[in-house]
Amino acid sequence: MLTKRIIACLDMDGGRVVKGVRFKNLRDAGDPAECATAHARNGADEIVLLDITATSGNRRTMLHAVRSTAHSLFVPFTVGGGIRQLDDAAAVFDAGADKIAINSAAVHDPKLISKIAGRFGSQAVVVAIDAKRANGSFEVFVAGGRVPTGRDAIQWAREAAACGAGEILLPSMDRDGTQCGFDCELVRAVAEAISIPVIASGGAGSARDFIDVFRDGRADAALAASIFHFGIENIAQLKRELHDASIPVRWPC
Amino acid sequence: MIAIVDYGAGNLNSVKKAFDYLGSEVVVTGQPELVAAADKIVLPGAGHFSSLRTLNSTGLRQPLLQSASAGKPFLGICLGMQWLFEGSEECTEIAGAEIFPGKCRQFPSSVKSPHVGWNSLEIQEGSLLLRGVAQDSFVYYTHSFHAPMVSAMTGASEYGLRFAGAVEQDNIFGVQFHPEKSGDVGLSILKNFCEV
Repeated sequence: MLTKRIIACLDMDGGRVVKGVRFKNLRDAGDPAECATAHARNGADEIVLLDITATSGNRRTMLHAVRSTAHSLFVPFTVGGGIRQLDDAAAVFDAGADKIAINSAAVHDPKLISKIAGRFGSQAVVVAIDAKRANGSFEVFVAGGRVPTGRDAIQWAREAAACGAGEILLPSMDRDGTQCGFDCELVRAVAEAISIPVIASGGAGSARDFIDVFRDGRADAALAASIFHFGIENIAQLKRELHDASIPVRWPC
Repeated sequence: MIAIVDYGAGNLNSVKKAFDYLGSEVVVTGQPELVAAADKIVLPGAGHFSSLRTLNSTGLRQPLLQSASAGKPFLGICLGMQWLFEGSEECTEIAGAEIFPGKCRQFPSSVKSPHVGWNSLEIQEGSLLLRGVAQDSFVYYTHSFHAPMVSAMTGASEYGLRFAGAVEQDNIFGVQFHPEKSGDVGLSILKNFCEV
């Protein structure tokens, strides 16, 4: 039986893992390679590394971090942040990523999705959509959540899937770092609109939140950062609770 | 020496990294003569079945077929396993190796496609490749097409239907999942291949 995935996310700034609340107030949470292997040992089904302040200037830092993180990681590894063209993606794959996540660049040029998927396969392309509630719908934001686009998140998810995205990563800006639960309504709306897997993100605070987003939100995977970094919720313990609640998870792993 | 065949498809780095971790001597190569000279062959792959066209245009097909029929241990991963069959509905003009019968097909529309994530593997007794792997262990899949259940099937998973997760016949092994991404379970499978 296919299981629901628990994904540990590492937000990286200048080669270090950081964590903020609602995309602000960053705190240091460690070295990416060390964090990644610790999470994998603890039962994380996948690791996502996001360079949240990506600029062309720190590309080398990022590739170095990708390489060292990939080195002894034997679970799927996704890298995002600052990927604007096919060559950027190629460099990140070459450094050891299994999948890349693109966000702003895909909004500006949806053909980038098909270009990367055409060369590396759809399974390697995750389109991240930063969504925020606005007047009863969900609006897409770009540039690390700083710039509103006026576009509808559900429509954009459909378009991204049609362009060849293999998965949709769906951070809720309203819930990011708040630990008050995933936005199940957002996740469900997108999950029901498309036929590719949806990864819920933003707001994880307890095992209950994961149960809710898998049941009510129909998420295929759920991603969290803060609760795992600071040991609030141990992944192994979380999986045991999900298993007890009859959510199919890779447990024991 | 294990040759990991480079034909421009899939993440060869992660396959190489896993064998490096296990201490095996591996070479990533697209040269037919190096492939022919290797003791064991790994044909990786991810993405579209049409990328297997490169095997024909680069002269890799013949040494691969010869090595397989000469009894050399051969492991196809994901697309590399699909190549062992007759072909795939994903790209009908490319012929597979026809070592196993049948064509790879799409998943039914009742399930999301691609099939992405960790699924349990129902293991048949007697497999060399899956020796020591616990029944219903979880392995990582990412694919849109699946191979048919054949008599050589040694592992099955379920997603909308039951399909071949692993096949094995003498020296020929195939896994639809990614052992290099399946944690300790995957590493133990690759270790078994090294020891065949």
